Amino acid sequence: MKVSLLLEMAATSAPERVALGSLKQSLSYAGLEMRAKAGAAWLASQPAEKTVFIGLNGWAFPALIFASARAGKPITPLNYRLPDADLNRLLALSAPATAVIDDDMITRITPPPNVSILSRSKFEALCLDASLQASEIPERENEIALLLFTSGTTGEPKTAVLKHHNLTSYVLSTVEFMNADETDASLVSVPPYHIAGVSAVLTGIYSGRRIFYLSAFSPEDWVETVEREKISHAMVVPTMLNRILDVIAERKTSLPQLKALSYGGGKMPLPVIERALKCLPHVAFVNAYGLTETSSTVSVLGPDDHRLAIASDDARIRERLNSVGRPIPGLELKIADENGNPLMAGKWGEICVRGEQVAGEYLQKKVISADGWFPTNDAGWLDDDGYLYLDGRLDDVIVRGGENISPGEIEDVLRQHTLVKDVAVIGLPDAQWGEKIGAVIVPNTANVSEEDLAVWVKTRLRSTKTPEFWEFRDELPYNETGKLLRRLLKEELSN
Amino acid sequence: MIFKPGSRWKSAVCSAEVIVVRTAPQDVTLACGGLKMIAPDEPTPEVTASVTITGNDVGVSVGKRYIDAETGLEVLGAKPGKGSLSVDARPMQLKEAKALPASD
Repeated sequence: MKVSLLLEMAATSAPERVALGSLKQSLSYAGLEMRAKAGAAWLASQPAEKTVFIGLNGWAFPALIFASARAGKPITPLNYRLPDADLNRLLALSAPATAVIDDDMITRITPPPNVSILSRSKFEALCLDASLQASEIPERENEIALLLFTSGTTGEPKTAVLKHHNLTSYVLSTVEFMNADETDASLVSVPPYHIAGVSAVLTGIYSGRRIFYLSAFSPEDWVETVEREKISHAMVVPTMLNRILDVIAERKTSLPQLKALSYGGGKMPLPVIERALKCLPHVAFVNAYGLTETSSTVSVLGPDDHRLAIASDDARIRERLNSVGRPIPGLELKIADENGNPLMAGKWGEICVRGEQVAGEYLQKKVISADGWFPTNDAGWLDDDGYLYLDGRLDDVIVRGGENISPGEIEDVLRQHTLVKDVAVIGLPDAQWGEKIGAVIVPNTANVSEEDLAVWVKTRLRSTKTPEFWEFRDELPYNETGKLLRRLLKEELSN
Repeated sequence: MIFKPGSRWKSAVCSAEVIVVRTAPQDVTLACGGLKMIAPDEPTPEVTASVTITGNDVGVSVGKRYIDAETGLEVLGAKPGKGSLSVDARPMQLKEAKALPASD
């Protein structure tokens, strides 16, 4: 089943319903389907077997996703925020391809051989061409729907392979067709080159929820857009939420039309989600955990879990605000030791997942086991009720004198200190221990000392978990989806 | 026949079309309105008055999933139609929707 069928079904059932756009200017499912049909007819006439998209969100992106699927050509949205040299390198790696590029980004591109370039404005014009819209193209099979470069926080970017089957399985198991209210609208602020940017299109279309794109994130604009566009659903990364809450508090608004807010992509600090739950009592909060290689979400902490946790006096239940919830239907999840054997509840190990939405494959190599398990390289543990807690990347584990130390645990303790605004704990080379623990602190004030923080950690954990190297900075490096770039810190501080 | 996941089938008696979501391990006959479903490019056979359209009460709705518990065959409605689905003459059951909060 191809992803293009999702739009086809929506256009068959609710042709006039609004698929995307603003309250004032919108595009219907039938309108989007016609554009995708024309785009597919044009792509089918192009020699290259792949499609590349370099550009901002807007109707051209979903149209190109569905057009590529219809034409049987995998699509690769590229990260336009990369420096020109890196962007051109990824484009060359994607050749041979037909590339649709925003008009004002074309000058940044040095077209590699076997890549033909079409400006976004020309692509949009041909999507409206009546003869292309009317032309039927022969059914062309291609298992692969999407080729995505992973963000590569731990090394060279890899190309994740996502098949139509993976993506449609994800949509079918998580979304009921056209179950959204006609007035529902999703505010999408994730970029097109992120898996969440693609899954937002697929689940938005299938659920019948209008998609509204926020071109660039600022907390003020976000809040204004939610109010103006009567947004009912939105997804944010943790770094966005606190800034949004500041604006909400400043303007004394409560965003009454907002029904649901999901978050993911990085660790949500406990004080931020607690503040959000108090500040927006009518909103259903969802914490979603997922990866590119798993077609997006694999586990969710749902609205009821959030409300139960915040109202509970039981520390065990309250702790769930730190969890990413339980696996979604149709997906198996286990915590495994280094040999892939399942571990008991409470034991720390690698998170492994299995299910039809799990691709677990790169162009470079397949990393799925013979029996279908995909090792995520994320570390974590399950509680007795099956709630999943994340604890960093397996690669981030600090090995000090043979002891495995998780940076997350130390970061959590440091973050509870009132003078600490943000923190990253990393392993640094050490002649005696192999690795030593380093802490990079973003302080709230200037008068915070290493000694105080060291005592703070030592009394709460133990001396072997107390950082031996301290550095104070104004900010930590994050990528635009809110992931801490530990590798970068490690490289900088290892010398 | 053994159905390929992702394969598309149309009804011979109405406008319904379905996609196979989960396949059955054995040979089965998938029917709509009592008549064997056909490939999208196959010509629709003439339906004579003598053909009984069985179970015309359920029909096929777009986006609904239908399952045959005995073999595990599961299909998704891609186009609506009046005919009801059956596997080896057993009526297929509507698969209950589960509520999952939006996460994207």
